[in-house]
Amino acid sequence: MDAQHITTKERLAIPRQEMPAQLPEVRIHNFNEVHLGYTPELAQREALRCIQCKNPTCVKGCPVNIKIDQFIKLIAEGNFLGAAKKIKEDNVLPAVCGRVCPQEDQCEKMCILTKKHESVAIGNLERFAADYERETGNVELPFVKPSTGKKVAVIGSGPAGLSCANDLVQLGHAVTVFEALHELGGVLVYGIPEFRLPKEIVKGEIDGLKKLGVLFVTNAVAGRSITVDELLQEEHFDAVFIGVGAGLPWFMGIPGENLLGVYSANEFLTRVNLMKSYQFPENDTPVFNCQGKNVAVFGGGNTAMDAVRTAKRLGAEHAYIVYRRSEAEMPARLEELHHAQKEGIEFMLLMNPVEFIGNDQQWLTGVKCIRMELGEPDDSGRRRPVPIKDSEFTLPIDMAIISIGNGSNPLIKQTTPDIDVSKRDTIVVDMKTMATSKENVYAGGDIVTGGATVILAMGAGRTAAAAIHEKLMNTKTN
Amino acid sequence: MYKIVSAQFLAENIKKIEIEAPRIAKKRKAGQFVMIRVGQRGERIPLTIAGSDPEKGTITLIVQGMGKSTKELNLKEAGDTINDIVGPLGAPSHIENFGTAVSIGGGVGTAIAYPTAVALKEAGNYVITINGARSKDLVILEEEMSAVSDEAYITTDDGSYGFHGFVTQKLQQLIDAGKKIDYVLAIGPIPMMKAVAEVTRPYNIQTVVSLNPIMVDGTGMCGGCRVTVNNEIKFACVDGPEFDAHLVDFKNLTDRNKLYLHEEKQSAEAYAHQCNLQKQF
Repeated sequence: MDAQHITTKERLAIPRQEMPAQLPEVRIHNFNEVHLGYTPELAQREALRCIQCKNPTCVKGCPVNIKIDQFIKLIAEGNFLGAAKKIKEDNVLPAVCGRVCPQEDQCEKMCILTKKHESVAIGNLERFAADYERETGNVELPFVKPSTGKKVAVIGSGPAGLSCANDLVQLGHAVTVFEALHELGGVLVYGIPEFRLPKEIVKGEIDGLKKLGVLFVTNAVAGRSITVDELLQEEHFDAVFIGVGAGLPWFMGIPGENLLGVYSANEFLTRVNLMKSYQFPENDTPVFNCQGKNVAVFGGGNTAMDAVRTAKRLGAEHAYIVYRRSEAEMPARLEELHHAQKEGIEFMLLMNPVEFIGNDQQWLTGVKCIRMELGEPDDSGRRRPVPIKDSEFTLPIDMAIISIGNGSNPLIKQTTPDIDVSKRDTIVVDMKTMATSKENVYAGGDIVTGGATVILAMGAGRTAAAAIHEKLMNTKTN
Repeated sequence: MYKIVSAQFLAENIKKIEIEAPRIAKKRKAGQFVMIRVGQRGERIPLTIAGSDPEKGTITLIVQGMGKSTKELNLKEAGDTINDIVGPLGAPSHIENFGTAVSIGGGVGTAIAYPTAVALKEAGNYVITINGARSKDLVILEEEMSAVSDEAYITTDDGSYGFHGFVTQKLQQLIDAGKKIDYVLAIGPIPMMKAVAEVTRPYNIQTVVSLNPIMVDGTGMCGGCRVTVNNEIKFACVDGPEFDAHLVDFKNLTDRNKLYLHEEKQSAEAYAHQCNLQKQF
C-alpha cells in the first residue's frame, strides 16, 4: 500500500497502531519515558488511516489549528521532515504537545473516524514527526524577519511564554524571557515527570529558541526581582507578556493537613522533577522516602496521575488515587489514566477525605474518608458527589499528596495594582488579544485561566504575540 | 554563576559572605531573603539578606554551617562562585516609628535582626538590641549592633560575656524595670522565638518573629513552607517570613522542620566523608 494508491476502504481496514511502550512491570522501577515512539513503518501505517477529509474537523479541534491533515499526508508519503516543518508552522513545541496534549478531547475527538472506528493517532504522529526531525539532526531554524527595533519582555518560560517568545522573535522583535526558577521550561520541567516528558526534549526546544536570538534570564521573579513597571519604564521594553502559570497550591482545609508526610502535588513533583530528588543523595534535595510505604494522592487530574505514578516509581507499596467522583468524571487524560491502571495504581473512587490522622510524633498514619454517591449535575456539568451517611472508614497511609489544583501567585497583583484581576486572582484579559487592563501588558496561560493544559497556554501565548506585534507595528516611535 | 566578592568568618562556623547580585542589591529591603543553590546538584535554601551595597551591586549573607549546603557555602572564598541566587523574596519587614523597639537576635539570627534594627532606627524608633549567644566566641556583629542601638545588650548562656542568661531574661528585666516597650522583633532558634512570644504576651506588646520553615522554590508555588498562624495556613515565602509571634503555632513549625532529619543526616555524613577523602589526597 502506498499513499497514492489506497482506497478509503483499505485505509479504514488498518487498525490504529499502538505506540510501543515499556512494559508496566519494568517501567514502575525507572523514570525513563513510558512510550518508546513509532518506528517510521508504524508511523506511515498509522498515517495511511487518515482519509484526508476535504473539510478536516480535527484541525478545528486543535487549540492552535495545526494543519493536521497536511502533516499526516506528508508522513504517509514518507516525508517526515516535511511533516515536522508543517506542524511547526502552527506549533512551537510539537515534541512536547505530541506527548502531553489531551488529544482525546481535542483533535482526535473531532476525527471523523471516531463515528465507526478509532480515531487517527494524531498525537502519536505529531510526536513522531518532531522526534524524527530532532533525532536525525535536521532541525531547521525558521526564517527570522529583519529587526523591528522593538523589545518585548516575556515573564515565565513555560508553554505560554515559550510560544509567545517564538512568534515574536520570528516577527523580528527582540525578546527577553524572565524565569523565576534556576531552570527553563516552567511546568514542563518542575511539574511534568521525566517518564512522561523527558527534560532533554524540553531543553532541545528551548535551545532552538536561543538560536533564534531569544534571551533567557533565570532566577528572576516577577514582582520581586523585577516588576512589570520596571520592565516598561526602566528597562524600556515596549510590551510585556505575563505567563507566570499557576501559583499557590490549594489545600483541602481538613484537620491534620500540616502533619509530616502531607505534601502538595506541586512540592512533591518539584522535588522529584526539578530537584531530581529521586537521585538523592547524589542530588542534595530529599523527598519523602516512599519505599515500601502507602501513598495516597487526592485528586483526579493529570497532576494527580503524575504524582501517584511518581510515588509508585519511588517504591511505594500501595499507591492510591482517592477521588470523590467516579472514573467518568476524572479530568485526567485517558492515556495517563490507563497507564496508571496498568502500573498497579489503586483507585479509591467516590471517596472523600475528611481528616488526616497522625501519631504522637506528628507523622501521618492514616486518612479518614467518607464514601460518596453521585447526585444531580453541578455547575461543571458533572454529577455532584454527595456523602453517604455513616460510611466513614480509615485508610492507613504514610504519605498524602494533595492534588486539587492551584490558586494564583499573588506577587504580580501585589506589585502591579493597575492590572485587573478576577475574584480568583487570575488576570483579566480580552480573550481576543490577551491584553490586560494595563497598556502594553498582555497575559496568558494558567495565570489567566486557572489550571489548564499546555496547549491552551501555548494558544494564549500565540494570540498575545499576534496582538503585541500588531500593536507595536502600529505605534509610531517618537 | 554568581561571584563571591569577599568572605570571612565572624565566629566559629559563622561566615560573612558578600556576593555579586546587582538586581537584588538594588531592590532588597530589611526582612527579605534569597534562595541560593551552591552547586549544580545543590538544593535551594532560603537565607535572609543581612545587608547590601547597591552601588557595588553586592549583597551580604551571614551563614552558619549546619547542613551540607551551608557547610559547602562556608568553604567558599573570595573569587569563588555559587550556581544560583534569586530574590529578594518574601515581604519586607513592616517598619514604622513604633516608639521603643527591641530587636532580639539569637545566634546567627542576630545577622537577620541587624538590617531590621537599622531600618527601625532610621524610622525614628528608640532602638534596644539584645543579642544572645551560647558563649563569648559566638557573639557576632557586636559593633554594628551597638552603632544602631540606643541601648545594646549582649547575653551569653554561659556568662562568658555580657549578661549571664537568655535573651528572654534580659527582656523580662527591661520590662520589670518599667521600660515602656512598643514593639519586639525576635529572630533566632524556634525555642527562643517562642519564649520571647511568651514573655511579651501578658503585656500585649506587639511582637514579630521571622520564620524559617523548609522551602523548595521560595516563590509561592510549592506550599512546603506552610505555617499555621492564627489557625490559618500561611505560606512563609510570600505571606511572610515575618509573622505575629503571638499567633504562630510554633509546635507545628518545630515538627515540620523535622521532616527530613534523617535525610539531612545522610547528606551531611556523605559530604563529611567526601571532604575527608579529599583531605587525604
